[in-house]
Amino acid sequence: MEELANLFHGFAVALQPYNMMLMVVGIMLGVIIGVLPGLGGANGVAILLPLTFSMPPTSAIIMLSCIYWGALFGGAITSILFNIPGEPWSVATTFDGYPMAQQGKPGEALTAAFTSSFVGALFAVAMITLVAPLVASFALRFGPAEKFAVYFLAFCSFVGLSKEPPFKTIAAMMIGFALAAVGLDSITGQLRLTFGITELLNGFDFLIAVIGLFGIGEILLTMEEGLSFRGGNAKINLRVVLQTWKELPSYWVTSLRSCLIGCWMGVTPAGATPASFMSYGIAKRLARNGKNFGKGEIEGVIAPETAAHAAGTSALLPMLSLGVPGSPTAAVLLGGLLIWGLQPGPMLFVEQKEFVWGLIASMYLGNLAGLLVVLTCVPIFAAILRVPFSIIAPLILVLCAIGAYSVHNSTFDVMLMLVFGVLGYLLKKCNYPLAPLVLAIVLGDKAEEAFRQSLLGSQGSLSVFFSNGLVSTIMVLGLVALFWSAIQEGYSRLRTAVA
Amino acid sequence: MKHSILHVALVAVAALCASGTQTSAAWEPVRPVEFIVPAGTGGGADQMARTIQGIVTKHNLMKQPMVVINKAGGAGGEGFLDVKASSNNPHKIIITLSNLFTTPLATGIPFNWKDLTPVAMLALDEFVLWVNAEKPYNSVKDYVDAAKKAAPGTFKMGGTGSKQEDQIITVGIEKAVDTKFTYIPYKGGGEVAVQLVGNHIDSTVNNPIEAVAQWRGGKLRPLCVFDAQPMAYNEAIADGKSWHDIPTCKSQGLDMEYLMLRGIFMSPRATKDQVEYYVDLFTKVRATPEWQDFMKSGAFNTSFLTGADYTKWLETEQKRHEVLMKEAGFLSPGN
Repeated sequence: MEELANLFHGFAVALQPYNMMLMVVGIMLGVIIGVLPGLGGANGVAILLPLTFSMPPTSAIIMLSCIYWGALFGGAITSILFNIPGEPWSVATTFDGYPMAQQGKPGEALTAAFTSSFVGALFAVAMITLVAPLVASFALRFGPAEKFAVYFLAFCSFVGLSKEPPFKTIAAMMIGFALAAVGLDSITGQLRLTFGITELLNGFDFLIAVIGLFGIGEILLTMEEGLSFRGGNAKINLRVVLQTWKELPSYWVTSLRSCLIGCWMGVTPAGATPASFMSYGIAKRLARNGKNFGKGEIEGVIAPETAAHAAGTSALLPMLSLGVPGSPTAAVLLGGLLIWGLQPGPMLFVEQKEFVWGLIASMYLGNLAGLLVVLTCVPIFAAILRVPFSIIAPLILVLCAIGAYSVHNSTFDVMLMLVFGVLGYLLKKCNYPLAPLVLAIVLGDKAEEAFRQSLLGSQGSLSVFFSNGLVSTIMVLGLVALFWSAIQEGYSRLRTAVA
Repeated sequence: MKHSILHVALVAVAALCASGTQTSAAWEPVRPVEFIVPAGTGGGADQMARTIQGIVTKHNLMKQPMVVINKAGGAGGEGFLDVKASSNNPHKIIITLSNLFTTPLATGIPFNWKDLTPVAMLALDEFVLWVNAEKPYNSVKDYVDAAKKAAPGTFKMGGTGSKQEDQIITVGIEKAVDTKFTYIPYKGGGEVAVQLVGNHIDSTVNNPIEAVAQWRGGKLRPLCVFDAQPMAYNEAIADGKSWHDIPTCKSQGLDMEYLMLRGIFMSPRATKDQVEYYVDLFTKVRATPEWQDFMKSGAFNTSFLTGADYTKWLETEQKRHEVLMKEAGFLSPGN
């Protein structure tokens, strides 16, 4: 039990008053960063990174990783209250979180989101504490083919989710793929679909699209429906937290499943966004109330939030043990490690025990502190919905514009956000689902890249996707998920035939 | 007429500098300086820029703050075009990597390094040929023999980006040993190193800083460095071997040399004292212990060039990249 001894030493490091103070500051900053759409965890950490050079490395990483936890918590707030995902991984949280808020249950939704985030993180940290070396070697088995299989599974477990006709789902997804293709093709190094327009060199950033489609689109819809938020009658006291807590344990199966999905996605590393989508998709299939998903089911908040936070936390493991970041924020932290004179990689756990275990201990404490901070603020957040729409809408617009600008410091992106807003409004009016579109923008180019890398390696043969046990299993799981409803129908027919 | 006024002004500035009382005449930033990184967060250029930002802040080297901004779109084209469009703005500098040459050639965007004002070469980044430590290739010769024996196209080289430095070196190796690799482009150097550890590719040409952790962990083995002389760092890294102990590729019969620029440029039409201000700033940065530690951790070649020497170096490299990219068939149809 050398790990436990190390961990307790780590707690001693993390509990020093200076480090505790940094932890709370980090969480606060992180929540703010998470709430502002566009200003993601990666940007926030990058901006604050140079400030930490004069700190000891352990204190620096404690503060920066707490910003990261804070951003993970904060991303859920605007998703639930305004249908505007503060972070890419909270898109799936809007599907049920926002309907809940509209039904006057923002407190419940926020509590469920924060608590499941905490559960996911705790599960992931426990995994890092106990089985870090094992998990690291598992991550090494993921080449391009395995990565594509994971993305394939993410798409498949999501297709057919919406109640809209499949034709519309596919159309929306194809628009997403087309948008994802714009910019530099990373395999050939050639520009695609930019038509010589300099602003398009960067392609369509996912964050801009999400802020526009959801945020601006939602405001346009609400304006049409008569300028009122329907969440005004929300209960706002802390008792709501306890009431929700009483309800949560009955969803332990969903929680556990989402934890596993999240850890797997974080380690491989696919990241928190596919984890949240996949977890939501699978929960919808398997949950008892799956049919009600999308109408304000609390389980539909638990699943994506647990997975996203588990993935976000476990994404730090490949960064520490392999030197490969599992998320954009982890990539910035990785740069920080190098600047502080620490070398991420297999030797870090051996040579820098104080640092590694101080960080791991701060993950436990930071998430606990984060949970307390955000839970006590639930009534305040929920009360925002009581502010009249005519006051809050301009504020949201300004926040969205700042968020869109801060992604690349570009005013072109603000225009783009407005265009996406109109597009989002039109698509919603015509009953096209936005989720497949968003999923395709996020994962489209990554999936394409992994697919083409695999085919380069296999000289163009598709058999590479069934070349070993690991990749074949994931691909088969993907196919099963894709044809799940057909399989179910076939099974029930078979049963009636037998009977 | 205008010309002669400028001339007089320049002479006056030069005279002031010479007399050593330039305190009032020298240019200084009057608002925050934007430090553009034409690459994503977490990569090599980004790390260097943020280290510089940290050093400048910590040692109070500048009265105005320095703000690092990533403009990575189109393999860095976004950043270059942004600085090119900021003519006469002395509060914008950019750190470059080899994409200064490769991106315009490969994508045909309207940019050439001559559009910018060169300030200084900060360092050169080395490239090392790496293989998985489990493989029986102990020398360049073992490696070349194995690559030649494999069926054409089955030997996999991984690298960062497409039609950029890693692939240029790969093509160079192919020509030098007369074989054909399959080049697989990835997004970042760290990912490339891990793919090599996982045996998904057969070799890489990672920068030292990208692969050193895996070397120290006993997972990767360096075979040779693509420089004219061995690296300068004598300190043992792994198995009692130091960076200095890695032989040059040329000495091992693999005739390919390549170093990557880590240099600073300003926006077009910067004046002489503005350039001098930044040269002076970076000279101070280079003198700090933090910078020297950073150079050591990445086994950088610490060449420092400014003025005409720097411009000459850039001209030579531009021609060389044109030739290398043309031979490899990497030029965009427009070029």
